[in-house]
Amino acid sequence: MKEADLMLKHPLAKYLRQERMPHIWCEGCGNGILLNSFLEGLDELKQNLDRIVVVSGIGCIGRAAGYINVDSFHTTHGRAIPFATGVKLANPNLKVVVISGDGDLFAIGGNHFIHAARRNVDIKVICANNFNYGMTGGQYGPTTPLGSWTTTTPYGNIEHPFNLVHLAAASGAVYVARWTTLQVRRLKNSIKKALQKEGFSLVEVISPCPEIFDRYNKLGTAVDVMKWFKLISQVKHGYDPAKAEVAKNKIIVGEFVDIEKPSYGRLLREMTANVQDKLKGEK
Amino acid sequence: MPQKLWREPLDAQKTKLPKAEICIITDLCKGCGFCIEFCPKNVLEQSEQLNKKGKHPPEVTDESSCALCGFCTAICPEFAIFVVEKKGENNVGNEEKE
Amino acid sequence: MGMKKKSRSVLSGVHFLSGDLACAEGAIAAGCRFFGGYPITPATEIAERMARRMPEVEGIYVQMEDEIGAIAAVIGASYAGKKAMTATSGPGFSLMQENIGLAVMTEAPLVIVDIMRGGPSTGQPTMPGQQDVMQAKWGSHGDYEIIALTPSSVQEMFDLTIECFNLSEIYRVPVMLLADEIIGHMWERVEIPPAKEIATINRKKPDVSPNEYLPFKPDQNLVPPMACFGEGYHFHATGLTHDETGTPKTVSIEEQSKLVKRLCEKIRKNVDKIVKVEEVMLEDADVAVLAYGITSRAALSAVRKARSIGIKAGLLRLITIWPFPEKLVANIAQQVQAIIVPEMNCGQLVREVERAAKTTAVSLLSKLGEDPHRPIEIVKALRKVTK
Ligand SMILES: Cc1ncc(C[n+]2csc(CCOP(=O)(O)OP(=O)(O)O)c2C)c(N)n1
Ligand code: SF4
Ligand code: SF4
Ligand SMILES: [Mg+2]
Repeated sequence: MKEADLMLKHPLAKYLRQERMPHIWCEGCGNGILLNSFLEGLDELKQNLDRIVVVSGIGCIGRAAGYINVDSFHTTHGRAIPFATGVKLANPNLKVVVISGDGDLFAIGGNHFIHAARRNVDIKVICANNFNYGMTGGQYGPTTPLGSWTTTTPYGNIEHPFNLVHLAAASGAVYVARWTTLQVRRLKNSIKKALQKEGFSLVEVISPCPEIFDRYNKLGTAVDVMKWFKLISQVKHGYDPAKAEVAKNKIIVGEFVDIEKPSYGRLLREMTANVQDKLKGEK
Repeated sequence: MPQKLWREPLDAQKTKLPKAEICIITDLCKGCGFCIEFCPKNVLEQSEQLNKKGKHPPEVTDESSCALCGFCTAICPEFAIFVVEKKGENNVGNEEKE
Repeated sequence: MGMKKKSRSVLSGVHFLSGDLACAEGAIAAGCRFFGGYPITPATEIAERMARRMPEVEGIYVQMEDEIGAIAAVIGASYAGKKAMTATSGPGFSLMQENIGLAVMTEAPLVIVDIMRGGPSTGQPTMPGQQDVMQAKWGSHGDYEIIALTPSSVQEMFDLTIECFNLSEIYRVPVMLLADEIIGHMWERVEIPPAKEIATINRKKPDVSPNEYLPFKPDQNLVPPMACFGEGYHFHATGLTHDETGTPKTVSIEEQSKLVKRLCEKIRKNVDKIVKVEEVMLEDADVAVLAYGITSRAALSAVRKARSIGIKAGLLRLITIWPFPEKLVANIAQQVQAIIVPEMNCGQLVREVERAAKTTAVSLLSKLGEDPHRPIEIVKALRKVTK
């Protein structure tokens, strides 16, 4: 069988814009695994693809939106979440997913993140956390661990990183999970869960960046990094997100938050319905 | 190598394990080695060949020991490898569905 | 049935409204059903009116965390199929600039209202200005064209807001309503016509199947028909340079020039269709006043006054400032000896006038941080140039 035909036989082929493959990501980059898990989640949920919108910001992972064969939009750096907010409120029938990076979502876009979580807008955020700005060549960002080497921390990073699951939980997200790219099955299950839940969700995906961050920090090959993930990951569902800081010798993974709370869209629709009822009464 | 079972399942004669067909789109592979490293049955190894990208794609050493777990399909960042059930031969599971 | 239902979206009748309120009503009458904003003087009343009115017409009001979020949400809502708008003033307008570029690049129809106040920076929040004229045109990076209209009365705040929506839907471009603090806060009589007399235009939809649809393939008017999210077209839009399929083309010289030229041309080619001006007593004029927005009111009195004392003056009031009506200004420049441009800034649109007027003398009448020009000041200037 010709390779092109074989590509089409891949169980996830119909979810990819084949003409744009191969993607731009480096050998061993976790972004491809994240994309794979997301598509498998979509597949298993048998989602109506006409109703899915994928939005991304700018960065290596920001290209994900362009590879997925649904309605998709590649916004400016940091602005995927407010764009997605507009989409979701304007058409509540759509399922809106944001796939973006640690820098995009938590540095330049950090304010949008906490406010969307606070409002509980029904969007699902999947963050590829590779601990740095990959696209611009490996500068430090809001999740870079203390002491790490990047092109703009030539003497080691002296900034304290965000603990993303804690930030999301404190901001009001109804579903918060963290996995590494090694736990593909559980990652996929969390993505499925987020897709089915109403409200603001964060799935953090700790992801190798073998070409840049991992290389500067002498973490070895992509396989080494994945093995390291395996070694130090501890699955603890319901663990206190405040205590789940990512450390060199320990990454707590699992579901941290899974609660129910009316979404912004629901409250908005209820309010609008009340206003409409009142107006009808006035007639 | 197939793992040894400590006891034979009662229906071992009837239910043959479904057979796997491992498909590799060699020119898509970027040679990260995830599929090889993390296959629980060690079914894959790095081939000597170079693909168009100048990378060594995986090759199948023993398809019959593949447990069809699909981990390689799920972990591959390039959508370059996937495993499907071989249609036809000894595929009890499939027949029952039909 | 057959009973006349009173429209909640078009409040037909005669009203006494402020410019900001009239703008909100114009938007609703035009079909705006999404407002994303952030409060700022002197545009806050638009947000307040929209917060009250949107639920009445089953629209959406959302107050975002800042103006960057507001414009991003508006672009998202536009792509989700709604007519969408935001309203702000200088500081917020500055924050929006990057995403105005995104709206230009992805050809998102939307309306941005800027009620100009005194700048730079926080400047004078409650005082009028016309200092964002150049920012409206050039505020985002890269080469592009937008459309900007300048109302000079509360009635025009209503009428031109509708026009803004219609133009944005026709050309798939962000359209700006550039008013100033005085127009925004002034109360005047406004006549809202019956709903059926208000012409509203909707974006052209694709007439091909999803398989054949190329999201950025232009029609003969250089504007691509627009599918929206959820309609089954599965298209991709990006702020990166892209081809007709929406695929990023980050290093292709041809695609860059093809796309950027088309984005500019779709407006430039249609200047004559887009541009609106008002000409007063220009036929036999020896000298012209070119004004827009609030200053055009003083300019009109000044021209009348000048005529009464024997100066053959005329007024060219620009309703559209971007695209700039270059040809028109050039023609008038050939006929008159001088053009006077009163502006509430240090001289912004006057540069465009000079460019178009070539050898005809153009003089700026600049005013900052106080009341707008008084007619007598313009009359004096007219006297000086005709002496
Ligand atoms: C306003 C703005 N500032 C800076 C940039 C440059 N820039 C592009 S991607 C990026 C960082 C992306 O990092 P992250 O979101 O972590 O994604 P990654 O590349 O690591 O996947 C930066 C700073 C930009 N595109 N826009
Ligand atoms: S730079 Fe890092 S994040 Fe970007 S594609 Fe390469 S490995 Fe992936
Ligand atoms: S996981 Fe994919 S890209 Fe990596 S070696 Fe295997 S086939 Fe190649
Ligand atoms: Mg990153």
